[in-house]
Amino acid sequence: MTDATLTDVPDRVKPSSEALLAKPTGRGPRDNVQIIRWILLFLGGILMVMPIAYMISTSLKWPHEVYNVNLIPDEPTIENYTYVLEDGRFFNWFINSIIIATITTISNLFFDSLVGYTLCKFKFPGRTLVFIAILSTLMIPTEMLVIPWYLMSQQFGWLDSYWGIMFPGLMTAFGTFLMKQFFESVPDDFIEAARIDGLNEFQIWWEVAMPLVKPALAALAIFVFLGNWTAFLWPLIVTNSPDMYTLPVGLAGFGDEADVAWELIMTGAAISTIPTLVVFLIFQRFIIRGVVMAGLKG
Amino acid sequence: MTAYRNLTIRQKQIVWAWIFLAVPVLFYVVIRFYPTGNAVLISFQDWNLLGARTWTGLDNYEKLWNDPTFWKVFVNTFEYLIIGTPVSLVLSFVIAYHLDKLRFAHSFIRMLYFLPFMTSAVAMAWVWRWFYQGVPIGLFNNLLASVGIAQIEFLNSTTNALPAVLAPAIWAGLGFQIIIFMAGLRAIPVSYYEAARIDGVGWWTVLTEITIPLLRPTIVFIVVFSSIGFLRIFDHVFNMTTNNPGGPLNSTKPLVLMIYDTAFNAFDMGYAAAQTVVLFTILLIVSLLQLWILRSDR
Repeated sequence: MTDATLTDVPDRVKPSSEALLAKPTGRGPRDNVQIIRWILLFLGGILMVMPIAYMISTSLKWPHEVYNVNLIPDEPTIENYTYVLEDGRFFNWFINSIIIATITTISNLFFDSLVGYTLCKFKFPGRTLVFIAILSTLMIPTEMLVIPWYLMSQQFGWLDSYWGIMFPGLMTAFGTFLMKQFFESVPDDFIEAARIDGLNEFQIWWEVAMPLVKPALAALAIFVFLGNWTAFLWPLIVTNSPDMYTLPVGLAGFGDEADVAWELIMTGAAISTIPTLVVFLIFQRFIIRGVVMAGLKG
Repeated sequence: MTAYRNLTIRQKQIVWAWIFLAVPVLFYVVIRFYPTGNAVLISFQDWNLLGARTWTGLDNYEKLWNDPTFWKVFVNTFEYLIIGTPVSLVLSFVIAYHLDKLRFAHSFIRMLYFLPFMTSAVAMAWVWRWFYQGVPIGLFNNLLASVGIAQIEFLNSTTNALPAVLAPAIWAGLGFQIIIFMAGLRAIPVSYYEAARIDGVGWWTVLTEITIPLLRPTIVFIVVFSSIGFLRIFDHVFNMTTNNPGGPLNSTKPLVLMIYDTAFNAFDMGYAAAQTVVLFTILLIVSLLQLWILRSDR
């Protein structure tokens, strides 16, 4: 969060069209429009967070109070959390998810930027071909690949392992493309200067170019981590034993157990959602900027 | 090392480029290209994962063409697309348009709209599933009952279930689209609005003559991005209907869920692979069609 380029940019770099169209002085009908607009947007926003609020609220309720539509529990309790975490499974799934999302994020940051940098800053035969080939994989839906991946995992004994869950996501074409776009902004002179100083190509990439694209790396990290944290289809297919489940897969099965009560399901849902919400609340502007960058560049 | 030292700068670059690309190129060939070809190959075979693979030519595609479930699923998949994309496009544009003009507590309200994007589809599917239950469990029916309105069957009705499953999917993606729209709005040069103001043009003309035409690239991105998402819907459907995936009576089943069922419950790998090829074709046609309709040089 120390990166100046991302955080110090003022939120509103230019006045909005409304501000420009508004009368320069005095109160008028436009102020009323502003007030009504604010109230409507506020109410809409409250509606948007209602499902999340109810999830958290219900996870703090005693079983007899679950069907009460009150958002604030009469007697809040963390009993559900103690119960669900003592059960051990959620804790286990949580750790699995952390490990998988972290390793895939690191792998993507490393390889996507290495490939993006190479495609951007090196001249070599086959460059365009490699770029087009990687980009073309964006068109292939994951769903088409899961059957061959499953067969591959079966042959190599990767079923039901961390490696099996992670291997398809170690690099992404989206990340490579994003990083290539950002390395365009690194001046060739910097690289030339480093070369004259006697740095080898790996050092130039790692020590000179990478620090200059930190904002892009942050954006990519958020996307990859969130994507792997919430991934469902492939982990569902590749895991068999409950010990290897990720949080979403575990939660899906947990919710389906016949006798499980809604307050416990909501607690499980909260455990798989709250960490990303907390991270978001801390790094809010940073993440929104990352989404904008990734969205517009990708 | 002497051999390397004798190379020209250009040759050294080629060597470095391929050192950097070696692992990623291997990855893309083994984890992306080979499986793509393999999926197409399997789609021409009959294989139950245990027995022998037999070449059956176009049999799987013929079976698909004559399968009433497939046509039901095909219609469902397009219902998700045809309702989901315009609804989320209009909602996110209207919200972003007004949010952009908000001066007070702007980032707080923006956060409310963005939060759902940070949640996991599985967790939220279970929250919404709880909302949809009948009295006395479900929140929606409890609220309806408190104002004396008859209960609504959300997930158990063949007509209501699909929109009920789609709503959380739209809800979860809205925040992302709003942020992208707001970035697009900010990118419109202020001079256009200044000129409009000098000419004394009304807000509707400004909206239809300046804002929307200049937002075209953003609109194209969001339309293509969100339709791909709705065509590949799975997590929400699977988790809201786990007792009867895709039910009631296949009324919510999308193509990806049919693929999952065929491959990993019925183990009919060839048939499932044929379905993935169909999904790939649909995604390709829909994206190209949208890019062609929304192309900028008309």
